[in-house]
Amino acid sequence: MSPALLEVDRVSAGYGAVQALNEVSLHVQPGEIVTLIGANGAGKSTLLMTICGQPKPRSGRISLAGADITGQPTHAIMRRGVAQSPEGRRIFPRMTVRENLLMGAEALTKDEPGPQMEQAFALFPRLKERLWQRGGTLSGGEQQMLAIGRALMSKPKLLLLDEPSLGLAPLVVKQIFDAIRRLNAETGLTVLLVEQNANQALRLAHRGYVLVNGRITMEGPGRALLARPEIRDAYLGGGHG
Amino acid sequence: MAYALQQLINGISLGMIYGLIAVGYTMVYGIIGMINFAHGDVFMIGAFIALITVLLLQLGGMMDGPAAILLVLLVSMAFTALYGWSVERVAYRPLRGSFRLAPLISAIGISIVLQNYVQVSQGARVKPIGTLVPGGVEVMRDGPFVVQFSYIQMLIIAVTLGVLAVFTILVTRTPLGRAMRACEQDSKMASLLGIDTDRTISLTFVIGAALAAVAGTLYMIRYGVIDFYIGFLAGVKAFTAAVLGGIGSLPGAVLGGLLIGLIETFWSAYFSAQYKDVAAFSILVVTLIFLPTGLLGRQEVEKV
Repeated sequence: MSPALLEVDRVSAGYGAVQALNEVSLHVQPGEIVTLIGANGAGKSTLLMTICGQPKPRSGRISLAGADITGQPTHAIMRRGVAQSPEGRRIFPRMTVRENLLMGAEALTKDEPGPQMEQAFALFPRLKERLWQRGGTLSGGEQQMLAIGRALMSKPKLLLLDEPSLGLAPLVVKQIFDAIRRLNAETGLTVLLVEQNANQALRLAHRGYVLVNGRITMEGPGRALLARPEIRDAYLGGGHG
Repeated sequence: MAYALQQLINGISLGMIYGLIAVGYTMVYGIIGMINFAHGDVFMIGAFIALITVLLLQLGGMMDGPAAILLVLLVSMAFTALYGWSVERVAYRPLRGSFRLAPLISAIGISIVLQNYVQVSQGARVKPIGTLVPGGVEVMRDGPFVVQFSYIQMLIIAVTLGVLAVFTILVTRTPLGRAMRACEQDSKMASLLGIDTDRTISLTFVIGAALAAVAGTLYMIRYGVIDFYIGFLAGVKAFTAAVLGGIGSLPGAVLGGLLIGLIETFWSAYFSAQYKDVAAFSILVVTLIFLPTGLLGRQEVEKV
């Protein structure tokens, strides 16, 4: 087995008195799409943020391409080739689409941002149409596209995506999932995808983990997890399907 | 007419000083959402460092010409920036992430500490200094009344405009400025984009303190008298200016400063000098009732 790009080893973390993650271990190999599914409040977003150093893990170890990054400040971790499209998208509301994209490259790479911007436009042509519009005036789907485009500006080795489908129309969700698939197939980008939309996420991903109350309860290839009855009951039964 | 023109000149040059201080309030508020109540005292520190530098230069017999003034300005900016940096480091950074009032209380504490520190180390008496920039230009004459545009007023306006121009370029065109704007809009996201937010906040305090030092130096040269307490009223006025212009807005801070300077000057000229502060603060109250976000504050609703 080749060395993992991301290795999370028995990490516990949380905010204040709340322990959101309990000895979580997972790994992501280079070129993989790995998804982490779980209900609201299971600790999915906390895990992505803990990988980025906010909050710092209370115990356990996180390493990136073999290097220990546990306890490092967020900006230092991101400068090692990690990018995140976070929960709630966090578009800079008073910057234009173009400025938002440029911020994605600003502190993380010295390369000219031009080619990366073209790549973002190729994935999401809508961004080019909205180039001079302020981030705060975009629709939810456009903001999500911008959040992913911004994360790609630094040419990351590892892309962390937090619920990119949340609150979006099915057609937009399909567009975004297609884009993730294309990025992975064409550029070999490694993706860790957090989703409540278990059905689509498991179809897209090579492997998946199930997080329940801060603990990993299941793992396996995406399609295999999708076939498990307990997954079908817990995550595919109701509203999402 | 001539009298009004004179008041206009006086008001603008006073307003520029308030504007310079107000920028420091508004920048810190924009980036960490707190009112730095010690900022007025940082201005006072700037005035004292300028005074000490002047005295040292006079001892050496080198205190004349524009080069000397420039040197005083730069020394004051450098040392005051160091104070601004230290205050953030010691009193605000350890409290980041605690409840919202904590840094505010800490700021009031720092304000008292700085005042007492200067009072003890420099003495409580007012410090007079001779006229450093004498003379001026006669703009117009109306009978016995002569409208004077003094060199010191020209200096205040020119230096302020120059400093604000450099500052505007810094905020809009440089990586540091973009990092500051990103932190101001969403500091968590800024850190996810590789921006060192602690460093950006530190530099915000450094820049704010340097601008306050410019204000302090100009104030010291203009009025020729300073004491450890000048930071209080100037600070409150500049804070008022920042709120009037719309707290968080940089052009608003300068505009607010100019308005407060003009209101105060015209009120003293036509009504009563004793009530000039009442006038300035009354306008603030009226503005806040009808324009709660200030003149240039943000009002749009943002999608999240």
